[in-house]
Amino acid sequence: MSAVPAAAPMSAAEQSRRRLHLRRKRTNVVALTLALAAMAFGIFWLVWILVETVRLGIGGLSLSLITEMTPPPLAETGGLANAIFGSLAMVTLATLLGTPIGILAGIYLAEYGQRSWLGSATRFINDILLSAPSIVIGLFIYTVVVARSGTFSGAAGVLALALIVIPVVIRTTENILALIPNALREAAYALGTPKWRVILTVTLRAARAGVITGVLLAFARIAGETAPLLFTALSNQFWTSDLTQPMASLPVTIFKFAMSPYENWQKLAWAGVFLITVGVLILNVVARTFFRNRI
Amino acid sequence: MSAIVPAQAHLGNEGTLRAGMNDRPPAARRAAPWADALFSTLAHGAAWLTLALLAGILVSLVIGAAPAIREYGLNFLWTSEWDPVQNRYGGLVMIYGTLMTSLIALVIAVPVSFGIALFLTELSPLWLKRPLGTAIELLAAVPSIVYGMWGLLVFSPILSRFVQQPLQHVFEGVPLLGSLFSGPPVGIGLLSAGIILAIMVIPFIASVMRDVFDVTPPMLKESAYALGSTTWEVVWRVVLPYTKTGVVGGIMLGLGRALGETMAVTFVIGNFNQLHSISLFEAANSITSALANEFGEAAAGLHQASLIYLGLVLFVITFVVLASSKLLLQQLKKREGAVA
Amino acid sequence: MTKLQVLARASAAIALTAGAFSVSAQDMTGAGATFPAPIYAKWADAYNKATGARLNYQSVGSGAGIQQIRAKTVDFGASDMPLADDVLAKDGLMQFPTVIGGVVPVVNIKGIAPGQLKLTGQVLGDIYLGKITKWNDPALTALNPGVALPAEAISPVRRADGSGTSFIFTNYLSKNNADWKAKVGEGTAVNWPTGAGGKGNEGVAAFVQRLPSSIGYVEYAYAKQNKMTYALLKNRDGNFVPPDADNFKAAAAGADWSKTFYQVLTDQPGKDAWPISGATFILVYKAPEKPVNVANALKFFDWAYANGDKMADELEYVPLPAAVKDLVRKSWGTNIKDSAGHAIAWK
Repeated sequence: MSAVPAAAPMSAAEQSRRRLHLRRKRTNVVALTLALAAMAFGIFWLVWILVETVRLGIGGLSLSLITEMTPPPLAETGGLANAIFGSLAMVTLATLLGTPIGILAGIYLAEYGQRSWLGSATRFINDILLSAPSIVIGLFIYTVVVARSGTFSGAAGVLALALIVIPVVIRTTENILALIPNALREAAYALGTPKWRVILTVTLRAARAGVITGVLLAFARIAGETAPLLFTALSNQFWTSDLTQPMASLPVTIFKFAMSPYENWQKLAWAGVFLITVGVLILNVVARTFFRNRI
Repeated sequence: MSAIVPAQAHLGNEGTLRAGMNDRPPAARRAAPWADALFSTLAHGAAWLTLALLAGILVSLVIGAAPAIREYGLNFLWTSEWDPVQNRYGGLVMIYGTLMTSLIALVIAVPVSFGIALFLTELSPLWLKRPLGTAIELLAAVPSIVYGMWGLLVFSPILSRFVQQPLQHVFEGVPLLGSLFSGPPVGIGLLSAGIILAIMVIPFIASVMRDVFDVTPPMLKESAYALGSTTWEVVWRVVLPYTKTGVVGGIMLGLGRALGETMAVTFVIGNFNQLHSISLFEAANSITSALANEFGEAAAGLHQASLIYLGLVLFVITFVVLASSKLLLQQLKKREGAVA
Repeated sequence: MTKLQVLARASAAIALTAGAFSVSAQDMTGAGATFPAPIYAKWADAYNKATGARLNYQSVGSGAGIQQIRAKTVDFGASDMPLADDVLAKDGLMQFPTVIGGVVPVVNIKGIAPGQLKLTGQVLGDIYLGKITKWNDPALTALNPGVALPAEAISPVRRADGSGTSFIFTNYLSKNNADWKAKVGEGTAVNWPTGAGGKGNEGVAAFVQRLPSSIGYVEYAYAKQNKMTYALLKNRDGNFVPPDADNFKAAAAGADWSKTFYQVLTDQPGKDAWPISGATFILVYKAPEKPVNVANALKFFDWAYANGDKMADELEYVPLPAAVKDLVRKSWGTNIKDSAGHAIAWK
C-alpha cells in the first residue's frame, strides 16, 4: 500500500461541479470588481465637479463679493451682494411659507389620513408634485401672478419656490411621523391628552429632528433652483429689498454671467457657483449628521 | 405620639382619591374644546390645499394649451415640425429628446447605482461606509446649474475628444451603431445631456438602493451564505428580489428627476428643433429646454399655447411613469403574497 | 407658543419688513435684446451713480422683449427688430432707436486669424442652409485664395431664442441668397435648417469659442471682447470690409429717420459700409399704464443721449447722430401721453 493514497481520478460529475464552482467564483470576483469600479466612477464625478468648482471659483472670492453689487460688463470692481441677498430672502421666505403647509399636510397624512381616500389621493398627488418639473411650476406662477400683476416680482419667485418646498416637506414629515412608535401616542392619549396636543407636543416633538432635516433639505434644494425664477423674479442689476420688484438671485445671475463673454462676469459666475455649492453641501452634511445623531 | 400623624391628614388633594372614589367621576376639563376641531380642520385643509394646487396647475396648463389642443389634437405628439415663422408646431422633437436623454441617463445610472449600493452594503469596510455614502448623496446636493456650466465648459470638450471622436472612428460603417454615432462629435447633443443627467440621477437611485439593501433581514443573507453562495449570488438572488419594490421606487424617482431637469440639459443639448437622424451626437431639444428658451418670447397665441401643451405633455409623462411604477409595485407585492 | 405660532409670527414679521422698504419712484424695469445689453448695463450703472435712479435692464432676447412689453410686465421693451408701423399702431406702441451696431460672422478654425477669412452673403446663406458642409468647399476656397482651409465639417451655431440679432442676420441673408429667402425667410425666430442653438449673443459666442470648426454670428462687442476670429464680408459696393465702428457708421449714413424710425440697415450702399449693421430700438406704450415709470425711462435715455456717447464708443457701438437724437426727443413729446392726455413730462 502506498504511503499517500493516490487521488482517484475525478468523475465527470465532480469535474463539472468543479467547473461550476470556479465559474461562480469568477463571476463573483468580476461582479465585485465592477461594483468597486462603479463606486469609483461615482466618486470620480463628484471629485471632478468639486475640484473644478473650487479651482475656478476660489480665485473670485473676496470681501467685495458680499459688499458690492453686480457690475456692468468689464467693470473693474463688482460683487454679488444683491444676488446673494435676493437668494437668501426669497429662499428663506419660501421655506417659511411652505413649511407650515407641508408639516400640516404631513401631519394629516400620518395622523388622520392613513386609510382615507383623501389620504391616498394626497399621497399620490404629492408624489406627482415632487417630480413636477420646476420650470412648469415657474410657468404656472407666471400665468397666475406675473401676467396678472403686470410685473415680475420677488414675491412671485417666493411663491414658485414655496410650491417646490411643500411636497418635499410633506414627504419627509409623513415618513418621519410614521416612524414614531404608536406606544408614545397611546401613552399620551391614556393621560387624557386631546389629539391636537398629542400631535403637537408629543409626536411632533419626538420627530423634531427628522422634520427639521426635511426642512433643511428643502431649503438646500430650492437654494440651487434656477428655472422657477426665470419667469417670475427675473433679475435685477441693482439692490432691492422690495418684493414687488424683480429681484436678483444667485442661480439666475450665475446663469446670465456664465454664458457671457466678459471676463469679470465669468469670474463672478464661478465664485457664485462656489458659494452656492459650498453652502448647499454644508447644509446637507449638517442636516444629515444632525438627523443621524438624533435618530 | 403626636409626631405620628394619621396618614389621612396629609392627603390634601390626594384625598380626592378617597373622596371621589365613591362619588361621580371628576368633571371633564378641556383646555380648549374647539382646539381639536380647529387643528383637524387645519390638517385636512392643508391636504385639500395640496390637491387644489395640483388641480390649479393642471387647469392652468390645460387652459393655456387649449388653443394648441384645439388646433392639433393628439397629432401634436408625433409631428416634428416646429416653425415659429409659419406658426406650425409639433412636439415630437422635444418629446423624443426628453425621453431619449432620460433613457440614456437610466441606462448608465441604474447599473452604476446598483454597483455603488452593492459596494456600500457588502464590500466596503465599516469605517468607509458613512463617508462614501455621504459623498454619493452630496452629488444630489450640487445645484443643477453647476452641472450645466461644468457640463458645457469642462466636460463637453473632453467628451468630444476622448469619447465621441473615438466612438465615431470605431463604428464608422457599422450599420446600426454607425448611424447612432454619426453626428458632429462636438460634445453637445443627446449623448452629453444623457450622461450629465445620469450623473445627476445616480445619487437618488443609489441612496434608495443602499437604504433598502441595508434593511434586508440578515437571516435571509446568512441562510444563503450558509448554503455556499458567493457574495454576488446573495445580492443578485436574495437581496435584489427581496428589495424589488424599493429598487423600482428608486429608479422611478431617478427617472422623474431626469425627465424634469431643465438647466443642466439646456446648456448642452444644442437646442435644435429638428429630427434628422437617430444619431446620439446630434443636437436636439428637450421639453424643459424648449420651455426655458422660448417661453419668454412666445407670442400669446399658437406659439405660447404649443409650449404650454408641451409642459402639459411632460406632466402627463411624469404622471404615467409614477402611476405605472405604483401599479408595478402592486403587482410585485401581489405575486410575493401569493408565493409566500 | 407652539412651533406653528412661532413660524406664523416670524413669517408675518419678515413679510412686513420686506415690504416696508418703499419702492423708489425711480425704479424702472426693461427687458429685451442682448445686442445692446452691454451698453445699457454700462449706462444704467453710470446713471445710477449720477442720479441714484435704478434702471433694471434684463437681456432676455428681442422676441421676449416684444412679448413682455405686449404683456405689460415691463416698463419698456428692447428689440433689434423694429416693428412695422401698422403693428405698432395696432398695439399702441411707439419705438425709437438708441444705438447702432453690427452683427459679425465669427469662426473658430485652426490657423485662421481675425480678418483673414472672406465671406459673402450667398456663401453664408448656403452654409446655414446646410448646402456647404466643409470648410474646403470650392465656393469658400474661391473666395479665399492662399488661405489654408481644412477639410473639416462646418458646425454652424445660431440663436436658440427669439433674437433681433437673428432678424438682422436673416434679413441680410434673405437679401443675398434667394434660396434662403424662399426656404427660411427672416425673423427673430426662424425654422433653422441646421446648427446648434445658443442662448443670447453670449451663448452663441460661448459655443463658437468651444466648438472647433464652427461659425456663428454675434454683435460686434461680443466678438471684440472675446477676441474672436471675425470674417470680412463683401458689401453691396463689392468691397470686402472688416467690422468696426466706422464701417457701421458708414452703413447708417444713408438712413432717413425723419419719416419713420423703422429702418433696417443691412446691405446699405457705401464703399466702407458694413453689410450687417442695425439699430436697436426701445418700445414703449403711447398711453402707458404707469406713466411715471415711462417718464423716468425717457429721462434715462435722454441722459444717455447727452452723456453716453463716449461709453458707447468704448464698446464699439455707434451713437446716433445729433439730428436723429433730436427727432427722437420730439417724437416723445408728440406720441407719448400721460394719464391726463398731456404730453409726458420727461424733461
